[in-house]
Amino acid sequence: MSKLYKIFTGSIVVPLVAIIFGLIVGAIIMLVGGYDPLLAYQSLFEQVFGNLYDFGETLREITPLILTGLAVAFAFRAGLFNIGGEGQFIVGMTAATFVGIKVTGLPSIIHAPLALIAGALCGGLWAAIAGYLKAKRGVNEVITTIMLNWTALYLGNYIVNSFLLPEGMDHSEEIQPTASISIQSLVNFFNDARMHWGMLLAVLASVFFYYFLWKSKQGYELRAVGFNPNAAEYAGMNVGRNVVKAMFISGVFAGLAGAVQVLGVFHYQSIMSGSPGIGFDGIAVALIGMNHPFGILLGGSLFGILTYGSAGMSFGAGVPPELIRIVIGSIIFFIAAQGIVRWVLKPLYSKRKKEKVL
Amino acid sequence: MSAAPPVLELKGITKRFPGIVANDSISLKLNKGEIHALLGENGAGKSTLMNIVFGLYQPDEGSIDINGQPVLIDNPNKAIDLGIGMVHQHFKLVEPFTVTENIILGMEPRKGINLDYKTASAKIKALSEQYGLKVNPNAKIHDISVGMQQRVEILKTLYRGADILIFDEPTAVLTPQEISELMEIMRRLVAEGKSIILITHKLKEIMQISDVVTIIRRGKVIDTVKTSESSPHELAEKMVGRSVSFKVDKKPAEPKEAVLQVNNISAKNKDGVPVLDGLSLTLRAGEILGVAGVDGNGQSELIEALTGLRKIDSGSIKVLSQEISNLPPRKVIESGVSHIPEDRHKHGLVLDFSMKENMVLETYYKEPYNRKGFLDYDAIGKQAKRLIEHFDVRTPSMDTLARSLSGGNQQKAIIAREIDKNPDLLIAAQPTRGLDVGAIEFVQRQLIAQRDQGKAVLLISFELDEIMNVSDRIVVIYEGRIVGEVYPESTNDQELGLMMAGSTAGGKAHE
Repeated sequence: MSKLYKIFTGSIVVPLVAIIFGLIVGAIIMLVGGYDPLLAYQSLFEQVFGNLYDFGETLREITPLILTGLAVAFAFRAGLFNIGGEGQFIVGMTAATFVGIKVTGLPSIIHAPLALIAGALCGGLWAAIAGYLKAKRGVNEVITTIMLNWTALYLGNYIVNSFLLPEGMDHSEEIQPTASISIQSLVNFFNDARMHWGMLLAVLASVFFYYFLWKSKQGYELRAVGFNPNAAEYAGMNVGRNVVKAMFISGVFAGLAGAVQVLGVFHYQSIMSGSPGIGFDGIAVALIGMNHPFGILLGGSLFGILTYGSAGMSFGAGVPPELIRIVIGSIIFFIAAQGIVRWVLKPLYSKRKKEKVL
Repeated sequence: MSAAPPVLELKGITKRFPGIVANDSISLKLNKGEIHALLGENGAGKSTLMNIVFGLYQPDEGSIDINGQPVLIDNPNKAIDLGIGMVHQHFKLVEPFTVTENIILGMEPRKGINLDYKTASAKIKALSEQYGLKVNPNAKIHDISVGMQQRVEILKTLYRGADILIFDEPTAVLTPQEISELMEIMRRLVAEGKSIILITHKLKEIMQISDVVTIIRRGKVIDTVKTSESSPHELAEKMVGRSVSFKVDKKPAEPKEAVLQVNNISAKNKDGVPVLDGLSLTLRAGEILGVAGVDGNGQSELIEALTGLRKIDSGSIKVLSQEISNLPPRKVIESGVSHIPEDRHKHGLVLDFSMKENMVLETYYKEPYNRKGFLDYDAIGKQAKRLIEHFDVRTPSMDTLARSLSGGNQQKAIIAREIDKNPDLLIAAQPTRGLDVGAIEFVQRQLIAQRDQGKAVLLISFELDEIMNVSDRIVVIYEGRIVGEVYPESTNDQELGLMMAGSTAGGKAHE
């Protein structure tokens, strides 16, 4: 009973209502702008679910969002704010590209996993720099991860530019076919949508997140450190080592996101003029998913659907696709300001609501 | 017949929370100029009742009269308008602001669009003098003592025109001197026509200051008595529901081999000020060594050094002849040291962990809880169940968050965990702080039981009564050094007090 009750008060109802509120706010703004919100939302969903190709591409959009969302949430569970998903994503991308291009002569069954692992590991190590500075020198990880984002951006461009760029091109050569994680049969089935193994990896990563954090010894330590570093230290846990570990694992998720984008979607890496933004979107996904791995699966899906569908909104109803950012922003607002949602819901179950402990 | 109606009357207040009746038809009368104590164990429902009076909760049944008029108090502002002021246990002050700024916060007097700071400051000064509070209106909060901060809270309620003052555990954070000053202030307040509700579980204070006592147990009023017609024993019995002995029964100690040998240790804080200054002590198996001293003389640093939480610059710490100084906490724990920490919320528990998870905070990495990197929650549950039952920790379930337990039950849980590790050395820092009579009795009995089993117990406490009652031997700490050693049978509060103040005349010099 109490578990059921908790699900309805805590984890599911609030985000659902927040999503509805977000859509309503978006609709109001569309009305103010002279657009038809019903037509706009209808076009959005038609864009996503209308045909196999677009549905496949929506899944493609969702995949890295789940992984960067997990990255942010994992660090958060250990009491850390990893704002550096962006940088870890780029480092993961670059490492995967490098291994995908430069390593030759391996069978696919080895080459592709190797490239994935390289991306994940480098993303993890990149984040661990911030963890190490926090543990040893007490430098705030928010500052260092943001700084490392820029370092990663220019480092990635430098590596592509110096080692991987064919003459006169603005992007690297293609990775070896053996490093690709595309699933050709699914690509054919989804009318050339870019389907890849990374989609499965994202789901597995959520499951791993759950088991690691709530079932393993390491996860117990990380959560203890996250909730109360003083008590963790008192109990004999090594707080600094756990901070580094948490940042490393967080970075692995983000690095993996970068790797699957290269190995499964683009098969090359461009010279980037600015951040791709998927790492930052991970913060929003983690918020919508309330830092729970299964919430993040749903949150990432929502974010991906809205983002991919926004193009349809613009074709079908003439609504600028940027408006979807307002909707996403409002959803996050309502999730963060849970009090508002609870206040609206209060009359629905006012009697049972006050589970206040004496 | 024509006597004035009580300034505050609660009639049949009932408040239910899911699974519990916090207040069960509570009635209470507060007369003008009276100090009315509300006595009850932790979790008896005192705070809920006062939160109802202050408008933070709505009662499910019952009503409140003020000066004979029924009123509805649905938020704290309404309570303030009705002349009710609350002095919270945890102060609600803005540290970098001055006293005046804090007091006027939320109802700033204005002159045009400017803040009329001068008038406010003068008014506060006048109030402060009227009630003998001696508060400097222009001092910043972080520069004044805890006792002064509490007076600012009192002034805040007076400034807002309170006639009924509610004090929630006001002495919990005060030194003995500050407590007696607070008593003076409370007497002055009632002399000036205010009425006071005092929430506490300290019998000594109730006997000293209150006129009437209402005892609450498990949400019900047990009795309302005149203080002058009662005794601490009677009150304690009513509060706990069984007879309580204040005297701790124990056999004489039979000290054996030395378990803890601290030799000449020194440490500095991060500003380079020495906090431990050549401290030495020896503790034997089968004895309780009390460390008496005024707060801030190196007690916390000593505990930290003993448990691996602080590095020392020189000296040695041996547990059963194994050197443990500057070892990491886990190594110290594994060499047979258990520690009941001073601050149970900061160090003792992960409040957002379940009770189950908290019970293995130091042992989770060992068999049978850890199986190849994964935790065996069945084994953890079994252990938690055993400890909870054996030590009578009152919790709805093992999966309840530690945060939602009362302080006494949290402390019981920590003690259960620490004693169950079967340590050679048990360090108990302020083990009864903030606990009620029943829980204090439990904790002190456990310490003595450990001693009787041949463990060495180090008791650090600011409560002289506790040191005198529980210890077999007492050392006094002053400015990071042991300045004297006495035996509880052959000393008294005065002598100890002098030594704690830095005079070594009373005690024998430490060997």
